[in-house]
Amino acid sequence: MSTPTQFDDAALRDLIACPRCDLLHRSHRVADGCVGRCKRCHTPLIMPRAQAIPRIIALSLTVLILLVGALYFPFLELNAGGFSNSASLLDAATAFNHGLLIPLSGAVAAFMVLLPAVRVASLVYALVPLLFHQPPARYSAYALRLANRLRPWAMAEIFIIGVVVALVKIVDLADVTPGPAFWAFSVMVIILVLNDTYMCRWTLWNALTARR
Amino acid sequence: MERLDGPPLTARRAGLVACTQCTRVQRPAKNCERCAAPLHAREYMGLQRVWAWLTVGLLLYIPANTYPMLLTSTLGSTSASTILGGVVELVQYGSYFIALIVFVASVAIPVMKFAVIAYLALSLKQMVPISAHQRLVLFEVVEFIGRWSMIDVFVVAILSALVQLGFVATVNPGPAAACFALSVVFTMLSAQSFDPRLIWDASEETPEK
Ligand SMILES: [Zn+2]
Ligand SMILES: [Zn+2]
Repeated sequence: MSTPTQFDDAALRDLIACPRCDLLHRSHRVADGCVGRCKRCHTPLIMPRAQAIPRIIALSLTVLILLVGALYFPFLELNAGGFSNSASLLDAATAFNHGLLIPLSGAVAAFMVLLPAVRVASLVYALVPLLFHQPPARYSAYALRLANRLRPWAMAEIFIIGVVVALVKIVDLADVTPGPAFWAFSVMVIILVLNDTYMCRWTLWNALTARR
Repeated sequence: MERLDGPPLTARRAGLVACTQCTRVQRPAKNCERCAAPLHAREYMGLQRVWAWLTVGLLLYIPANTYPMLLTSTLGSTSASTILGGVVELVQYGSYFIALIVFVASVAIPVMKFAVIAYLALSLKQMVPISAHQRLVLFEVVEFIGRWSMIDVFVVAILSALVQLGFVATVNPGPAAACFALSVVFTMLSAQSFDPRLIWDASEETPEK
């Protein structure tokens, strides 16, 4: 058994505990593109990527631009027997517009548009000063924590699979044409997934606090 | 990574706490010195939240299946379909693959999730035949796929927004959509309240071979 005094401040900075099993490790430099795993449960602990911060910022900004486009342009157009209807992303978000289902509209809008946007925006906010070798902005720790916490709740990629399922359901009954917003949103989802591969919490948090 | 010598030396055993948000290892305090998140060596209270969220999620899953998910009206006649009814319809159309996706996302995943979370929570108190490693894998599977259950809610949202052709055809969401979405949210909260580090504490007392 060890005592709390076993590690001095410098040694503490060197330690990394597995978030899944709490096993302590002495961290060492992991090469870019490699993964340092927990010795007991093999959870990835450190997975640095070359140029992670500029890439995360660039990808996040691209996501925001694509999202604005996806909101502005028509998402899907439906034609059946001479009738037609076009739906934007916001129409899909506000489809639950009757009585008790209204709160669900807010939730759907949050899951597919709002939370992904807040997530990438807080990443940009927290990381941009580091790119220009400036001290971190105020509340940047909160922003980075928020981006991490929102990860399971930002469901853009699930939404786009939902769109595909919905299209297959009605493809026999009507002609559906994907609009520019559909393609913008699909590309955005791919970029979001790519962005997450650059997210190593160990590296990002160390970068954020190194300049304090 | 370099493992420290001796028996499994966890942060807690060393008198330290690891922040679950930013991974910083530090001396016990109320909040993390780096990111200000609340610090807990273990989320013991979390287990009560796990059961509370799980119960609410399970209760909401019942109306999610009995009430209609979609209200379809074509040329004056209205039909309502439940989650399982929608899967059956897809099979009848011959869209087996999509039927499988909807069945897995809306039925198989939620039911499996309820069972696995309950099993993991119980396994902290009782001896179970599967190792801590395998239980961690179960937890990570639940954590990863739980959110994919939301597919069906999005399908309903898109169909309701798109199919609005007046008398010819309209699709509207049924009350099950809200119950189902809430059920998914509550089971996600339940899984997030579970502290996987507790799995290992029990296994350290009775070491694995
Ligand atoms: Zn571990
Ligand atoms: Zn922290």
